[in-house]
Amino acid sequence: MEIPYVVEPRQDTGLFNAKVGIWLFLASEVMLFGALFSSYILLRVGADPGTWPHGLLNIPLGMANTIVLIVSSITVVMSWASLKMKDFSKYKKFQAITLLCAITFLCIKSYEYHDKFTHYEVDANPGATVQVGEGNDVKPVAIKPGDYLDGHILEKDNEKLVLHGHIINRIEAAKVTHAWQEREIKDQEITIKQSDITLRPDGKKAMENFGPWHNTYLAIYFTLTGLHALHVIGGALVIGFLWGPGARMWKTEPERYTNRIEISGVFWHFVDLVWIFLFPVLYLL
Amino acid sequence: MSDSHKTPTTAQAQAPAESHQHEDLAHFQQHVKKYLFVFYCLIVGTIVTVLASYVHFDSVALTIAIALFIACIKGFLVAGYFMHLMSEKKMIYGILLATVFFFAGLMFLTVWSMHPSSLVHIGH
Amino acid sequence: MQASTTHAIPHTGAHEEHHEELGFLRKYIFSTDHKVIGIQYGLTALLFLLFGFCLMMIMRWSIAHPNQVVPVVGHLLATILPEQAKGGIVSADLYNSFGAMHGTIMVFLGIVPLAFAAFGNFVVPLQIGAPDMAFPRINMASYQAYVVGGIIMLMSFFMPGGAAQAGWTSYSPLATAIPGYGQIFWLIGMIFLITSSLLGAVNFLATIIQLRAPGMTWMRLPFFVWAQFVTGFLLLLAFPPLEAAGIMQLMDKVAHTSFFLPTGLQASGIAHISGGGSPLLWQHLFWFLGHPEVYVLILPAMGIVCEIIANNTRKPIWGYKSLVYSVLVIGFMSFIVWAHHMYLTGMGTKISTFFQTTTMIISIPSVIILTCLFLSLWGGSIRFNTPMLFALAFLPMFGIGGLTGLPLGFNFSDLHLHDTYYVIAHFHYVVAPGTIFGLFAGIYYWFPKMTGRFMNEFWGKVHFITSFIFMNLIFQPMFAQGMAGMLRRMYDGGINYAAQTTLSEHLKYGLSPEVIHWNVYISIAAWCLGLAQIPFIINVFWSIKHGKKITSDNPWDATTLEWQTPTPPPHGNFTKPLMIHRGPYEYSVPGKAKDFTPQTEA
Repeated sequence: MEIPYVVEPRQDTGLFNAKVGIWLFLASEVMLFGALFSSYILLRVGADPGTWPHGLLNIPLGMANTIVLIVSSITVVMSWASLKMKDFSKYKKFQAITLLCAITFLCIKSYEYHDKFTHYEVDANPGATVQVGEGNDVKPVAIKPGDYLDGHILEKDNEKLVLHGHIINRIEAAKVTHAWQEREIKDQEITIKQSDITLRPDGKKAMENFGPWHNTYLAIYFTLTGLHALHVIGGALVIGFLWGPGARMWKTEPERYTNRIEISGVFWHFVDLVWIFLFPVLYLL
Repeated sequence: MSDSHKTPTTAQAQAPAESHQHEDLAHFQQHVKKYLFVFYCLIVGTIVTVLASYVHFDSVALTIAIALFIACIKGFLVAGYFMHLMSEKKMIYGILLATVFFFAGLMFLTVWSMHPSSLVHIGH
Repeated sequence: MQASTTHAIPHTGAHEEHHEELGFLRKYIFSTDHKVIGIQYGLTALLFLLFGFCLMMIMRWSIAHPNQVVPVVGHLLATILPEQAKGGIVSADLYNSFGAMHGTIMVFLGIVPLAFAAFGNFVVPLQIGAPDMAFPRINMASYQAYVVGGIIMLMSFFMPGGAAQAGWTSYSPLATAIPGYGQIFWLIGMIFLITSSLLGAVNFLATIIQLRAPGMTWMRLPFFVWAQFVTGFLLLLAFPPLEAAGIMQLMDKVAHTSFFLPTGLQASGIAHISGGGSPLLWQHLFWFLGHPEVYVLILPAMGIVCEIIANNTRKPIWGYKSLVYSVLVIGFMSFIVWAHHMYLTGMGTKISTFFQTTTMIISIPSVIILTCLFLSLWGGSIRFNTPMLFALAFLPMFGIGGLTGLPLGFNFSDLHLHDTYYVIAHFHYVVAPGTIFGLFAGIYYWFPKMTGRFMNEFWGKVHFITSFIFMNLIFQPMFAQGMAGMLRRMYDGGINYAAQTTLSEHLKYGLSPEVIHWNVYISIAAWCLGLAQIPFIINVFWSIKHGKKITSDNPWDATTLEWQTPTPPPHGNFTKPLMIHRGPYEYSVPGKAKDFTPQTEA
């Protein structure tokens, strides 16, 4: 006996097998991302006042990625609709755009991650002087207790460290409660002597980049977006396989092939859906 | 779906003459219109979300509520139309409803047990 | 074997069933046939159960005779684990890692794969009248993920620092702070195991929803299938939060994040971490799975016991509808009781009242199920064969296990009993003479369908009697030990703790050394229980070739569909199209010549 309802739907449920399968799988994915979102809420609500950072992420880039995924969502459903209308070449075109969108998304995400890994927080000794500004406009600024430097490294040698960033005071930073308050800060070139960088008890310099180890916000950001990116890659691989080598099935079993495109599309939409929630929660709130 | 009898125009030249296919085609043209409409809504929703984030609301709860409300609308559009949930069968709904209930349970019960005060004073 | 010609069900491609002979690898190693996969799961799981049992036997030596050289295997231990088992003595670290791995292996590598995946894979498609699972290749993949996860778990013993040591519950910050790779391997292993379970759950649910034969309505399903259905949902929805937590703990260990590490954490000096994390978050995410997990452990066994009781009383099960509704309610409720494992974490009274209430409510359907099974015995024509003996013993054993859970479910009594041996006794009663007896029953019962031969009855009964006696000798005293104040996870069996708590005037009502002395007898019982499994192991393998041959495809005269196939069932299972006409337990139907009426009979 062959396994029934691979293509034709079963009468009482109205569904074919793979559709039941993908929705069950998506239910488990809802719980997976839901657990991470719940963790985000808990960590944020439970954070000591003033320790939760804001405005660390680039909103235009995030918005671009949101739009990229939305475009890919419509192209993936249009590619399925094209197949239902028996137009194979239209399907190929739409799905190619979907794949391009996926690659674009990942490129933007990689750029964002890279930006974080090159963004440093440098503790400076109180009483030291740093040079702020460039060219003719360099002014010395005294480091007060609680001050630290925040920016991207431009130049580094044994004597000094040059950052493109700003000076923040921890006590002032603790008063910031939401993202919009951080957007008015301007960045400048700051030079600090290596010897003025605070040393930690273990002897290492107190400078750390904005990786997941830097604070719990970045930890949950990298975990959520990293897991999401893995799903983007996985989905793109499946869609890409079906677009490329797997397209042979269109000739032999067109309905089964169309169903596969539908199922992979449903997964893709879920990936888009997760991002629709990730973007405001991580970037805007 | 009152105008489902509108004859499709442009790129349907390759549509076979069978009445079954013809019905499918018109049917799908209707769907395509819906998809495009949803697409525009999603783009608009994204722009609105970003703009709204620049407005300074006094209440934290209101800010979160607005952001999540727009996200939910967008999510509903994607799930409902792109994923065909609106026309999907009861079985799928059942699975998803149970899932949503348990996810809500996980979230609220955990927050409640770890921060009982946070559920009482929202927006201090 | 003829290819099916007339079909009420449309299917694609109209493939001819050409069965070219598959090579050994495709037939037995990389098979997509649910029966082969079921047996693969079964054998692998039984091996892991045995391994977990051996870990326990070594632990019991340390508990009864702390800091003394382990007999028989002491030298072996010292050779393979030189750092942790110096001189063949179980160190505290070794005890802790054995303890953590005993729990992990028994639960995730032993019981769940055996109860859900092995029995489910073999029996469920047959009982619903399906040719195979809905997604055979995903089925194979889920078995392979399980094996990979198991291998990673086993490898962890040999990593620097030894295996994971923070209990099967892996609470942070301890789990993160312990140096070494054991915890990392545990987490990666868990990710593979969770993946395997998720894929399996999707497969089972889709199969039961979509591939029931014509006429097999929901209310005609054998209760075993209902139990597997609910278990599938528990796995599907409860495992992902643990996967999320596992990823976060892995990040804590490898990427130095602080998801579960609070600010100011001291671990040989103040740790250089960002802080801001929450140890409680790990506990919530863990127990969100942890509680449904225990229902995953018990429900398949309840299903098996139900099948066997119906068959060996020659009458229908009492209260089929109640059983079905109860198992659905258990499934639903199991998601909202988890914090009863966390009463001592300082949650407020309102929230603990919520969880106490839901915990009490969930005990009701469990009692209903047990009651229906007990009542099914009344007026039955009972056949006391080996599967039935195990099934009968399941009832009072699970009863004890379940009832002793009640004081743990109330937070005021849990204050005294939490983290004591009372808890160990409670959950072992439910799983060891509970679930495992159900699984033994299932092995003896379905063995003839898999192999065409019975297992030896005499040795089966020996296995039963000895296991039953020793199980009770091991776990019954632990209730008293727990109530006397003996805590869990003490490598020396509590001897130092007892000494400290009975030191002063004020503490003279501490843990008494007499209670500690029972450890010696409990350990002896544990080793005897190990010996009692030897006839079983020999019986399984000997009977494959030399067991009493069956004389019909339905040797137990059962009503359910798996007995309507040839023995062993071929690929595709059923040789003719099926039509189901009646419920699953139509035994002793008035007016019929035979005392059982198969589901396919009109």
